[in-house]
Amino acid sequence: MIELRAVTHAYGDRAVLRDLSLSIRERRVAILGGNGSGKSTLARMLNGLIVPSSGVVTVDGLDTRTDGRAVRQRVGFVFQNPDVQIVYPTVEEDVGFGLKARKVAKDEIARRVTTVLDRYNLTRYRHQPAHQMSGGEKQLLAIAGVLVLEPAHVVFDEPTTLLDLRNRRTVIQVIRELPQKAVVVTHDLDMVMDFDRALVLEEGRIVIDDVPAVAVPAYVARLG
Amino acid sequence: MLGLYLHRDSAVHRLGAGVKMGGLLAATLVVLALPGALGALAAGLLGLGLLVAAKLPVGRVLRELRAPVVMLTLLFGCQALLAGTGWAETLAAVTRFAALILLATLMTLTTKVADMVDLFERLFSALRPLGVNPAKMALMLALTIRFIPLLAEQVREVRMAQQARGVERNIAALFVPLLVKILRLADDLTAALDARGYDPTDDGRHT
Repeated sequence: MIELRAVTHAYGDRAVLRDLSLSIRERRVAILGGNGSGKSTLARMLNGLIVPSSGVVTVDGLDTRTDGRAVRQRVGFVFQNPDVQIVYPTVEEDVGFGLKARKVAKDEIARRVTTVLDRYNLTRYRHQPAHQMSGGEKQLLAIAGVLVLEPAHVVFDEPTTLLDLRNRRTVIQVIRELPQKAVVVTHDLDMVMDFDRALVLEEGRIVIDDVPAVAVPAYVARLG
Repeated sequence: MLGLYLHRDSAVHRLGAGVKMGGLLAATLVVLALPGALGALAAGLLGLGLLVAAKLPVGRVLRELRAPVVMLTLLFGCQALLAGTGWAETLAAVTRFAALILLATLMTLTTKVADMVDLFERLFSALRPLGVNPAKMALMLALTIRFIPLLAEQVREVRMAQQARGVERNIAALFVPLLVKILRLADDLTAALDARGYDPTDDGRHT
């Protein structure tokens, strides 16, 4: 379970999250909201990439402020732009990066990389340079690089924003089939309709918290 | 010139990164020690042999040598004209460097970056008493190789955006948005490394 208690965060004088308290237990949770509403800051707090100015964020009982590394082992994070997430030049090496950083044995790295490349139809790119892949393939590679670490939760920050229709569909399918719990920050309202819960942020506050069938129309209505 | 890994099922690819690096160093010493173009010819022939053995596209690799050979010819040609070192020496110097570039290219085309990074991490660990963190140095090497094409893409993107707005050549107009993009990229990359489990305090010692 991910829990936020009285979380406030500011960049200098600019408050981006204001006194947020919530528990996330559901399998699929969407975070919606306009640009600058605090969505991405909230997402980055869920795996300790950002610690709140005040308040507490815990993941399965671990405090992101004091157990940041352990939290990041439990919570994978997929960025909007896969280019910033790909560290090594070739696909196979990049997927193995996180495992290598955790000092997993070489043969175990090879086994897990093979499995995850196979699962996401990336085997044919195994030895290819990552920069030559299409946007959708890069996003799948970024997801594979996170899932190979077998986290308990995965946070996606606008995973379909840079994708064309076909790749968007593929990534949505991947998220749908994930065995892990997922929190997805997105502007893609269609994607979240079968989620368990949708939160709408406005100026750093949660203004709607409901099932998507209720939350999405209410969000659209607020936009005017 | 120094291309990225090109996967083939060959004995050259299977050789350890350390063996290939050692071989490259040995070949460099031999080529530089032998008089005239003799060593260079031997290294060139070795390079061609390895190129075939590695099942790499010979024509493509040799075509990539054209630019450095032209540059070297100009460089040593100027030296021959200005310092009067003679054309035979110029030819020998160009052949030497072309042979060494061929061997270095072969090394990068047949060795995975991760293996090269492992090798450098081992080599850098000798500098640990001087305060060098081998894991950080190795990651820096990997990131440099990975981000060259990405930075080239950013330059292209900024240049095209400016051309679209009627600015054809303006270094300042290119530099400022590029710097902003690179700083943002560096910021995101730091977060991504953190998210993927990289530990900046890890000094590369295996537990």
